[in-house]
Amino acid sequence: MLIRTVADIKPSQITPEHVYRSRRRFMRETLALAGAGVALPATALPAAWLAERAVRPAAPLYETMTSESDATSYNNFYEFGTDKGDPAAHAHEMTIDPWTVEVSGEVAKPGKIGLEDMLAGIDLEERIYRLRCVEAWSMVIPWIGFPVKKVLDKFEPTGNAKYVMFETLHRPSEMRGQRSLFSSIDWPYVEGLRLDEANHPLAIFAVGMYGKLLPKQNGAPIRLVVPWKYGFKSIKSIVSIRLTEARPVNTWNDLQPREYGFYANVNPSVDHPRWSQARERRFPTTLFRPNWIPTRMFNGYDEVAGLYAGMDLSRYY
Amino acid sequence: MPGSGLGPDPADELVRTLGTWGLRILLLTLAVSPASRVLRQPRLVRFRRMVGLWAFTYIVLHFIAYLAVLAGFELATIAADVVKRPYITVGFSALLMLIPLAVTSTRGWQRRLGRRWRMLHRLVYPAAVAAWTHLMWLSKGGFMDPFVYGAILILLFGERVAARFRRARRSPSR
Ligand code: HEM
Repeated sequence: MLIRTVADIKPSQITPEHVYRSRRRFMRETLALAGAGVALPATALPAAWLAERAVRPAAPLYETMTSESDATSYNNFYEFGTDKGDPAAHAHEMTIDPWTVEVSGEVAKPGKIGLEDMLAGIDLEERIYRLRCVEAWSMVIPWIGFPVKKVLDKFEPTGNAKYVMFETLHRPSEMRGQRSLFSSIDWPYVEGLRLDEANHPLAIFAVGMYGKLLPKQNGAPIRLVVPWKYGFKSIKSIVSIRLTEARPVNTWNDLQPREYGFYANVNPSVDHPRWSQARERRFPTTLFRPNWIPTRMFNGYDEVAGLYAGMDLSRYY
Repeated sequence: MPGSGLGPDPADELVRTLGTWGLRILLLTLAVSPASRVLRQPRLVRFRRMVGLWAFTYIVLHFIAYLAVLAGFELATIAADVVKRPYITVGFSALLMLIPLAVTSTRGWQRRLGRRWRMLHRLVYPAAVAAWTHLMWLSKGGFMDPFVYGAILILLFGERVAARFRRARRSPSR
């Protein structure tokens, strides 16, 4: 089933040909590579897992897509180091097979569950989203995933559940950033959403991007993508989902409460002490065309505004 | 930019690379006279001015790169950055302190200023501290670089204090 807002627009018209390749070709290539024994990055889900599933195509986004090589080589994933290239260089040290996620707190059916079981019966879709980092750069990435709500509903949140808290894997033996003596982060990395934010149809868990399973540096095997919030909210390599009544304390808010809030909605009018949030550099960028564009409220996803009706967003940043 | 060697974010990478080398060479400048004392090679000091000018060159290039490729020569952006972002405010003040040192680095100025030349050039110490603070304030999450450069700075300052102390002991005040 196609959900196209404008008929007959080929994805190739909105994204460079070399970046976009059809899903069928992806599947063929992924399978061919796997068959040929070429070393693909190991993933918690076998490559065939994705290939065997129907993925509902994304609604087009009329903006140039960021190249896969930029999106997989320029990452903030401090578990592997603080340089943008560190995750791509070191994330292979993390084993993600098998992968279990613990669901706990205010749910009727708590438990620890293997990733494949957790995803059973959930339909995958592609979503082309803008990703805006608090450091004033941004990308456009085709994710493969599904609404967060679909997983939460499986565990039946109780009436007391007001927030969702997520945690990244904490395994210093495989995550060199967690061993660093110079890191000020109190591991594991924690993020959180209000339950109604998590249940918003735009909030997804991603298991893939660019037609393939997620690379480790992008948060394999499962990560959050909340496109109207700064990138640090979109927590990677999730091992724990906890429904809570009290608001969880997210990592960056804990470290620098004046710089990073709990909500972290993209907002050009709330300045950050280090970066002006009025504009952003959109990848691809070049030396003499840094590609600055104005930043939009909620990163352009106006449909979430209702979640914050009556809130002073300069106070709840 | 494919092939530039600067990665997916060449503008930021260029600014960072020039800043990193600016700071390293500035520390190297401060290391010249301690090294000449420790190694008992007084002639080393002749290179100090040259090394200092190289540091200044990298720092100016760092500043120009920031102006051109990050700020796009937009005056409002630059003014807002210098006033509102503490890490840029201290970086900018480090640069301002280094300018008179570069200008007066010639023999002519050295002669003209006489004893005041030495006093003036002590500005390099607060400039180095400001440059370090700049790095500290722009770091987030990982503090390896500020730690390493900070340790080097403390060592270099410590050697100076110790040298002064030794000199004072050798020539007791009469
Ligand atoms: C003595 C003077 C200065 C020194 C030694 C210096 C050194 C540095 C160093 C070491 C870095 C960090 C590189 C990294 O960790 O990757 C840096 C970053 C930076 N510096 Fe400077 N800097 C100086 C002055 C300035 C001035 C005057 C400006 C602008 C007005 C400036 C703007 C920046 C910016 C914008 C960044 C960060 C770029 C980013 O966010 O990626 N610096 N500088």
